[in-house]
Amino acid sequence: MSHPTKQFKNPVLNWIEYRLPIFSLIDNSVGSGYPTPKNLSYWWNFGSLAGFVLVIMIATGILLAMQYTPHETMAFSSVEHIMRDVNWGWLIRYLHMNGGSMFFILVYIHVFRGVYYGSHKKPRELLWIIGVIILFIMIITAFLGYVLPWGQMSYWGATVITSMLSAVPVVGDDLTIWLWGGFTVDNPTLNRFFSLHYLLPFTILGLVILHVWALHEHKSNNPLGIDVQGPQDTIPFHPYYTVKDLFGVGVFLIFYLYFVFFAPNFFGEPDNYIPANPLLTPPHIVPEWYFLPFYAILRAFTVDIWGITAKLQGVVAMVMAVLLLAALPWLDGSRVRSMSFRPRSRIFFWTFVANCIFLGYLGGQVAEEPYVILGKISTAYYFAYLLIILPFVSRTEDVDEVPESISAAVSKQ
Amino acid sequence: MKTIRTTAIAAALILGVASGAQAATDAKEPETRDWTFNGVFGYYDEAQLRRGFQVFKDICNACHGLDYIAYRNLQAIGYTEDEVKAIAAEFEVRSGPDEDGEELNEDGDFLTRPALPFDKFNNPYPNENAAKAANGGSLPPDLSLINKARIGGANYTAALLLGYPEEMPEDAHIPDDKHYNDYFPGNAIGMPQMLFDEVVEYEDETIPMTAEQYAVDVTAFLQWAAEPELEERKSLGVVVMVFLFVLTWLFYKVKQQVWRDVH
Ligand code: HEC
Ligand code: HEM
Repeated sequence: MSHPTKQFKNPVLNWIEYRLPIFSLIDNSVGSGYPTPKNLSYWWNFGSLAGFVLVIMIATGILLAMQYTPHETMAFSSVEHIMRDVNWGWLIRYLHMNGGSMFFILVYIHVFRGVYYGSHKKPRELLWIIGVIILFIMIITAFLGYVLPWGQMSYWGATVITSMLSAVPVVGDDLTIWLWGGFTVDNPTLNRFFSLHYLLPFTILGLVILHVWALHEHKSNNPLGIDVQGPQDTIPFHPYYTVKDLFGVGVFLIFYLYFVFFAPNFFGEPDNYIPANPLLTPPHIVPEWYFLPFYAILRAFTVDIWGITAKLQGVVAMVMAVLLLAALPWLDGSRVRSMSFRPRSRIFFWTFVANCIFLGYLGGQVAEEPYVILGKISTAYYFAYLLIILPFVSRTEDVDEVPESISAAVSKQ
Repeated sequence: MKTIRTTAIAAALILGVASGAQAATDAKEPETRDWTFNGVFGYYDEAQLRRGFQVFKDICNACHGLDYIAYRNLQAIGYTEDEVKAIAAEFEVRSGPDEDGEELNEDGDFLTRPALPFDKFNNPYPNENAAKAANGGSLPPDLSLINKARIGGANYTAALLLGYPEEMPEDAHIPDDKHYNDYFPGNAIGMPQMLFDEVVEYEDETIPMTAEQYAVDVTAFLQWAAEPELEERKSLGVVVMVFLFVLTWLFYKVKQQVWRDVH
């Protein structure tokens, strides 16, 4: 027994701690034994909030699954059964439905935070890459979940998105049939999507554990982007950040539950309250709002080049738009992490954020001019920022003077 | 064949070729109405819902079903158990198969019995084809979710029901079995104008028997059909919000207290 264990007055706790040092694990993870930079801003609340929502999603999801029927003739009415007949069913479903949107709001902010403060840079590259994988699986999970209520948007969204696979050269069509389990999106598709929608959140949970493990190895980055140099720069996680995170949870719940109770379908599409009808294509198929930027990228490619179909280009670009984020630790070559000291990078960063929002707007428009050309320009900027502007600017810009230490900067204020 | 077709449709959709259909939105924007169920303190006016139900039963139910509502659910809008029994008994539902496993009677019609409170609302047509055949090829949709399933919700439904102008614009081309409507996407709707003054007899003499009043009442009833949980949801929401504001304020105070010496 070389590692330190906690000592308690209570003999039962001591008995457990001696055999399974779970109390010291907790204390060293989110307790007084975990030193945290003392200058974290509220942008650092979003990680714990995302974890909070993941728990809500799993809990409400498991409850929904007890009443939901994954069958083409019953899925829609089983959701209505949940809404009307199951005790508190409407609350559980609206928590789950709006929780999906909240999850993306929080995670997108969390990611932009990381880009701005250089949180992905050494030694946190792997932490960052795990995060990008989580985002990727979240996207798939939410897509699968949206299919389950089997409304018109569920069905047609699933048709549009799954048939992207057919863009894969040579085996595309076979692959699509394999994924569908038939010749169209049909009952087998719904069944497997339900199965996977139940599975993937637990994969996310596992990845979140790795994410937090990697975080705790080198601790949090901070708004100054400089390393912790000693105890004078840190405060224990508990009580400082536990109470700050709790306050964050309160503010978040007000925002989240406002939608749940007063505008539960704000983020949804009315068409999804029409049961799926394979014979009737809705005039305007749009994915959930959190996919719109990617949808705009998908549609920005309209010309076949050298025998590569526009569709394949779009699909590859869309997937790359997410996966490329994993390369950010190397694309951003600045020796200074935080963009607070990098005026030039900052301008392009905020343009990038605005551009992502604009892409989202474009993804919701019909494919007509001027939206098509704007979509192309906007997509071009998305990739230009990641592949050209950021690598170049981060390596050439003049940086402002960086404070010597966290404590020096904090006490100056 | 089927794959190729679906893939082609999907590809067309991705590229937006098919979204030309969106051009069909030369419909007017419905006016915003002052519903009792709007806003944070929204509620249902039960008397209005009962009038709306009367309009639904007397008029709309001739063509539209209400699949997710059972007669017994009407107790939630103020009918007594006996009244519900009497209402249900006005309708016939399929009763087969009988002891011999027969679904049809000697004439080849479905066996029926009077509806009971636990039955779902009767559907006027036995299937979609019959519904279409009776309506010039248009399918009258089930109305249980209609206010949630249309952009504009209740405002749209009320506007639609009243949106039949006496003179339609000269440049409108409406096929023979369709009718001109200001608010329906594309303007050509399969449903004729249904609401006229005095077509439904209200018991309460203080309520005007106008098309406008009928439209508003039946739309309120359909809102209840779509969101029977609304009152419970909103009133619980208010309590939860008050609680959260207090709790969050407390968390904030504790946070300030804990952090007072960090500098
Ligand atoms: C004579 C049969 C008939 C009656 C009675 C009738 N409807 Fe309809 N209704 C239809 C048909 C047919 C359609 C489908 C129209 C179409 O798709 O072109 C329809 C469509 C609708 C729609 C959907 C419009 C849309 O946006 O798709 C609503 C809402 C509606 N009816 C409400 C009512 C209400 C409320 C009443 C009672 C006041 C009523 N209807 C009475 C035949 C009828
Ligand atoms: C990463 C976490 C999760 C995300 C992002 C997510 C997302 C979604 C979304 C967007 C929907 C569609 C909601 C609607 O329009 O009705 C949905 C539905 C559903 N989800 Fe999840 N989900 C998650 C976790 C889970 C889990 C863990 C389960 C089960 C154990 C689950 C079970 C269901 C069921 C049964 C439905 C269909 C019922 C309904 O539509 O309300 N989900 N999910």
